[in-house]
Amino acid sequence: MHTADITIENITKIEGTAGLKVKIVDDKVVDLKFMIKDYRRFYAKAVEGKPFVAVPSFISRICGTCSIAHLLCSIEAIEKSQGIIPSDQTKLLRRLTYNGLMIRDHALHLYFFVLPDLLGIDSILDIPDEDGNLGHQLLHDSFDIKEVGSDLSVMISGAAIHAPLPTVGGFLKMPDPSLFPTMIDRLEKIRVQVLRGIEAFSKMPDVLVRNSDYLCLKNSDHYDFLEGNIVNSSGRITTEEHFHDFLHSVIIPYSQSEGYIFSDTHDDYLVGALARINLEKELLNQRTKTDAAKYLDIFPSNNVYHNNLAQAIEILNCVDDSIEILKSIKLVEEKPITQPPKAGVGVGVVEAPRGTLYHHVETDSKGRIKNYDVIVPTAQNQINIENDLKKYFGANLDKDEQTLKLNAEKIIRAYDPCMSCATNFLKIKWIRS
Amino acid sequence: MDNKQKLKIGWFSFTCCEDSTILLTEMLNRHLDEWKKVIDFQHFKALKTNNSIEGLDVAFVEGAISSELQEADLKKIRENCKYLVTIGACACTGQPSSSRNAFMPEEINYKIAFYMCHFDYSKDVQKISDFVKVDDEVNGCPMNPDIFVKIVDKYLKLFNII
Repeated sequence: MHTADITIENITKIEGTAGLKVKIVDDKVVDLKFMIKDYRRFYAKAVEGKPFVAVPSFISRICGTCSIAHLLCSIEAIEKSQGIIPSDQTKLLRRLTYNGLMIRDHALHLYFFVLPDLLGIDSILDIPDEDGNLGHQLLHDSFDIKEVGSDLSVMISGAAIHAPLPTVGGFLKMPDPSLFPTMIDRLEKIRVQVLRGIEAFSKMPDVLVRNSDYLCLKNSDHYDFLEGNIVNSSGRITTEEHFHDFLHSVIIPYSQSEGYIFSDTHDDYLVGALARINLEKELLNQRTKTDAAKYLDIFPSNNVYHNNLAQAIEILNCVDDSIEILKSIKLVEEKPITQPPKAGVGVGVVEAPRGTLYHHVETDSKGRIKNYDVIVPTAQNQINIENDLKKYFGANLDKDEQTLKLNAEKIIRAYDPCMSCATNFLKIKWIRS
Repeated sequence: MDNKQKLKIGWFSFTCCEDSTILLTEMLNRHLDEWKKVIDFQHFKALKTNNSIEGLDVAFVEGAISSELQEADLKKIRENCKYLVTIGACACTGQPSSSRNAFMPEEINYKIAFYMCHFDYSKDVQKISDFVKVDDEVNGCPMNPDIFVKIVDKYLKLFNII
């Protein structure tokens, strides 16, 4: 391929709308643009002036698939701004509903978006209805896995998408503990299916290794998506409150989302399941570590396709963690903690399914929002994705256009990007400049 | 059963959080085996790469319209389908994606102005029926799944598929 313009208008089997343009001249990639194309809704601006209690539910409309991540991150930021410390029981219930999100969200990505790549077909719609067919088996495994994830979130939070029960200070309604034994049985039942998925995604043959750095939230005690400090591969550790200092935003003129690089090195980095497993696999649930041991030996890995395998392992961890919690938790009736609103500043940081998510809130003395800011994982991964694609195209220009397009989509898909999220935040430093 | 005997549908997303797409992928846990027999998912970007909008029986559209480009795409969908159903709150009412319509001029800060100038944002975000004829609505945020199933059944019967 000497000279060509390769365009993918709409990358498929991802959440939201993105495109890719590559210009090749004399066997060299002279320009490559990964473009996030969803239109912004400016929700971080729209919440200004609203009472904080109304904000988590509204702001979770940033994203349909990881709305519970935005919901809990917003609640955390607001609670910190108000000096509200949730109870240990609330923390456990949030962990449970979050596990439900991770199980469902990862399974959607792996089985509905990535599985066709693994099977060499266009879509799950093309999987034959044959009982002995591996694709058929994995697809039907995914129905059970996704449904258990959704039902776990429904049991704790009232819904899997835009959940109504989590609120500032706790939960509006306690879950029904009589449902727990059945849920434990269902979680146990899908373990074998989850392990079959781990085996399948461990066999994904694709490889793309580039010098990436990784970043995630890490708890010293256990594998945790909701609490901890932010760490990166070079060992830098910072608190949630100073996460913002880790990053430097980069305006990308052709994309509807900013990108991010490290503030101290100007290097790109990756967030998501691959970062988490690379940086904290020793903290996984013991049962997960035992049953997924041979797959965990693969990590740390710099192969971006191993983000898929890392997600499959995280599903198992969420299943095992949920079983432990459901078996041990002794529910007591609690009402959400309330107190008079006050002026304050709070930061929430959680690990969303596709990486580190940051919410920042500033309230006035009446508890109304003065400033709100969100940094989402896909925006952070944007520059890393683009640099991965540059490496791939640079090394594979001998391949035909169809192969290049297919593999470009597979690389992007491996990140599990979410464009709805990526186009709905405002960066405070930018506004003030 | 060949494709001629299936309902040819398209699923399209404009400006929204795509929660109804996610809900639909959850509904497929229980419905995919049954729907595959009677429905040809001719356009469904979240699930397939090879998509076509030509000759659709029913187009399901989620999200609100933020730009002239989206408006043109919507009209092209309308021209290519016999029936059009709006899905979810943003498509049916514009809200909450149209929140920016209420911004006062002083709230359009440098950052918002940058994006609105560099990309083809319309002045206002609008609901689907502001641009094209809508035959049915499935409201909710996300859509009400029971009503969606009833609407699907309605068109399966209308086209003599079931």
